[in-house]
Amino acid sequence: MRAAPKHQRLALVLLAMAALVGAALLAMWGLGDRAAYFRTPQDIAAGRADVGQPLRLGGMVQQGSIEKQPDGVSIRFVVTDGPASVPVQFRGITPDLFKEGSGVVAEGRLTPAGVFTADTILAKHDERYMPPQLGNQAAELATRQTLDR
Amino acid sequence: MRRRWWLAVPLVIFALFLLAVGWRLSAPPDATVKSRLVGRAMPEFQLPAATPGRPDLRSADLAGGGPKLVNLFASWCVPCIAEAPVLGELKGRGVTIHGIAIRDAPADVAAFLRDHGNPYRRIGADPRSQVQMTLGSSGVPESFVVDGRGVIRYQHIGPIMPQDVPTVLAELEKAG
Amino acid sequence: MIAEAGLAALWLAAALSLLQLVASLAGPRVPELRRLIVPVAAAQGALTLFAFLMLLWLFLRTDLSVQLVAANSHSMKPWIYRFAGTWGNHEGSMLLWVTVLTVAGALLALLERRLPERTLHATLGAQAALALGFFAFLLLASNPFARLVPAPRQGLGLNPLLQDPGLAFHPPTLYFGYVGLSVAFSLAVGALLTREVGPALARTMRPWVLGAWVLLTVGITAGSYWAYYELGWGGWWFWDPVENASLMPWLAATALLHSISVLAARGGLRTWTIMLAVVAFSMSMVGTFLVRSGILTSVHSFAVDPARGSFILALLALYVGGALFLFATRVGTVKEGAGFDIVSREGALVLNNLLLSVILGTVFVGTLYPLLAEAVSGEKLSVGPPYFNAVTGPLTLALALLLFIGPLLRWRRDSRPNAPRIAAPLVVTVLAFAASFVLDPAMSALARLGLGVAAGLAVASLLPLAGRNLRRTPLATWGMVISHLGVAVAIAGAAADTAFTEETLAAARPGETLAVGPWQVRLGSVVPVAGPNWTAVEGRLSASRGGRTIDLQPQSRFFSDPPTETNEAAIRTLWDGQLYAVISGAEDGGRWQLRLWWKPLVTLIWLGGGLIALGGLLALLGRWWRGRRRVREPELAYA
Repeated sequence: MRAAPKHQRLALVLLAMAALVGAALLAMWGLGDRAAYFRTPQDIAAGRADVGQPLRLGGMVQQGSIEKQPDGVSIRFVVTDGPASVPVQFRGITPDLFKEGSGVVAEGRLTPAGVFTADTILAKHDERYMPPQLGNQAAELATRQTLDR
Repeated sequence: MRRRWWLAVPLVIFALFLLAVGWRLSAPPDATVKSRLVGRAMPEFQLPAATPGRPDLRSADLAGGGPKLVNLFASWCVPCIAEAPVLGELKGRGVTIHGIAIRDAPADVAAFLRDHGNPYRRIGADPRSQVQMTLGSSGVPESFVVDGRGVIRYQHIGPIMPQDVPTVLAELEKAG
Repeated sequence: MIAEAGLAALWLAAALSLLQLVASLAGPRVPELRRLIVPVAAAQGALTLFAFLMLLWLFLRTDLSVQLVAANSHSMKPWIYRFAGTWGNHEGSMLLWVTVLTVAGALLALLERRLPERTLHATLGAQAALALGFFAFLLLASNPFARLVPAPRQGLGLNPLLQDPGLAFHPPTLYFGYVGLSVAFSLAVGALLTREVGPALARTMRPWVLGAWVLLTVGITAGSYWAYYELGWGGWWFWDPVENASLMPWLAATALLHSISVLAARGGLRTWTIMLAVVAFSMSMVGTFLVRSGILTSVHSFAVDPARGSFILALLALYVGGALFLFATRVGTVKEGAGFDIVSREGALVLNNLLLSVILGTVFVGTLYPLLAEAVSGEKLSVGPPYFNAVTGPLTLALALLLFIGPLLRWRRDSRPNAPRIAAPLVVTVLAFAASFVLDPAMSALARLGLGVAAGLAVASLLPLAGRNLRRTPLATWGMVISHLGVAVAIAGAAADTAFTEETLAAARPGETLAVGPWQVRLGSVVPVAGPNWTAVEGRLSASRGGRTIDLQPQSRFFSDPPTETNEAAIRTLWDGQLYAVISGAEDGGRWQLRLWWKPLVTLIWLGGGLIALGGLLALLGRWWRGRRRVREPELAYA
């Protein structure tokens, strides 16, 4: 049962290698269908997104497109990047900087009907410019509110 | 002693990490937000005077006359202090500069102008950043070149430093 | 003058760290230089501490002629935030980092008695090399004492939203933890240089790792609760890069803590322990780098500054690369440790280490994958909770299962049948698992397993105490038991949160009632309220269950400077869970959006984290106490 020290070291190295390979394989398996790809409406129009795949849809909220639903907590709106646009539905409390004409990133999936169902909406303003000396707190604050992730 | 190649595995993984991160540092994503109003008319606004006794600023003031620079600043802003002498120099070269004081108090603005000079012809107070937001500006200082018809021609993000002066002057020239 | 004094102290300390490095490099040949090492390390620590105190003083006085103060403070701020403002910015936090690093080096130099002198000197050389790099970074690229001419009228101030006592003390807690690991790193490098890896090294390393680990545990637990109440999203862990940056060193430190005990008790796992000591601090530096450089977008990211980022990256490459190179070339010649059976305490700890390393690996890959993917294919993507939960969840449960048997095994070999002893926890696990089907047939498999394993582990964690005289049980054993119990409690909380949380999202008029779980929540009225620098709408909610009614007042606040809106969640803690309410400021035809959660047993998550840290603290105190007794006893023998 008890192995000689020399063999033991080899066994431990093999175990460590197995763990390393195992971690890599596990990560690859997990990332395969769980990483959310960033897509624009144009990408979706070009067919670069599968139905049901997790996505992050980025673009502008089209003017005049926000429609509140009767339940008071659901909305529909259109995300556009100019040439193409995608209808989005969302149920929840929207971030304060979410308004028509503003940048938005919606996390969710595309339904077979071509409507994007968002689980999370992030008003996009963590990429805003801040002078370096002043940037820290303001950027920290801005990103804290609409965690871009 | 045999060579134990596996002992170098962590080093190789770390090298990969360095490569990925080094790539990101060498090609950082563009973090500035350009205003979408460049090439369009200045939105309408009427701002009260930032300090008592000095002229206020309205969008109508920007519609007439030659090209001018609209500078968004604040007394609490450190880069604005660095920018102040450069604005003074631009004024000396005959550039018309209007100011918009962002989220500021009259007494602080007055003190700022006393300490760092007053290059502005008119200064409007924007205590709640409303005009700043309509302009599509996201920080201070920022400057806009506005032509004689009140159309925004150019946006400069961050303090105008001595090395930026030729660009700004050229843009003012183009707008004229 | 204060700023200049601080700056001078920093330069002097930097020069001393260079001297310390040279002395420890030349030390083996030049005894005169060798004698310098310890006093120089002490002086360097004192000088850096002095510089940090000077910066603290500048912040307390709000000396606006110093650029850092002007950009980050305001004389009207409460003193506690002026105090915390010292490290609430890039330069100040780097100074804090260097201060902790050099003070730790000084303490190591002054207090360490067990280590062979050669190894101690090599370690202090490594510590000096670390400090030198960070001194260079401070003095050349982020001078905290730079003057601002002319001084502004008033400081910019820390944003009111960031004025939160939790936020003020969270970063230093993590920093102390990170830097504690730097001592383990230097010890590992020192031992690699002298090839003296053995129980003495492990015993020297242990209090530092244990202390660092306790602080990291506290920091992570507090950070998780902060995100939970402050963000108003009802979640307690978001797998944000900054959270991962603190989790990765913690995972490595946890593995290190366990492998150190093998090295200390049995002299085994030498290579592996050295590796983990290097990895643990490397993860701290990688994490700090990722956060500071703004390379990964996150909630807490500081403004991106490529120049500074490159500087830290160069330091990282130098230190981690250097240590790993040393590891690759030298560790092969370190003497072999003692062998052991597969079924033994060592075997279980090896398995524990492997599982923790796999978790660490998957978190590392997930955090950096967006960067890798964009570098390789230009594809922008993000990796979030679905990945991390799916990958780390089962591994954590496997780790918990290992805890059923691991602490009961003997060192070296164990042929004793342990079956009767672990029967009780296994039965509890199966019963709890079965009970979960009765409680809620629709629960997710992972949550069900989590509840079962947590229940079993709660029993199993106490087994090492069974049959012992509790009064005579060493404090370190108590510490282990309490920490493992904390793991069970935290897993139970997490599983309960996943399994039992009820959520209601609806728009309601004042007077309307919403149901969430067992609660009936009535929106009484919505009233405007005002604070010093904000106005808000406040929902007056009354929640009732059975005969009991509690009030909740969530707010939606509007700040004018700068214009922002935040949701202040109202959270009420009851013995069996928390009621959590958020109101949105946007009114729609007389209706207000309300989001309500009933989260049974959710507080167990942070209670568990607290217990884990408490266990570590007890172990640290116990070892310290025994160490002191051991030092005193020979003296008594002489007397």
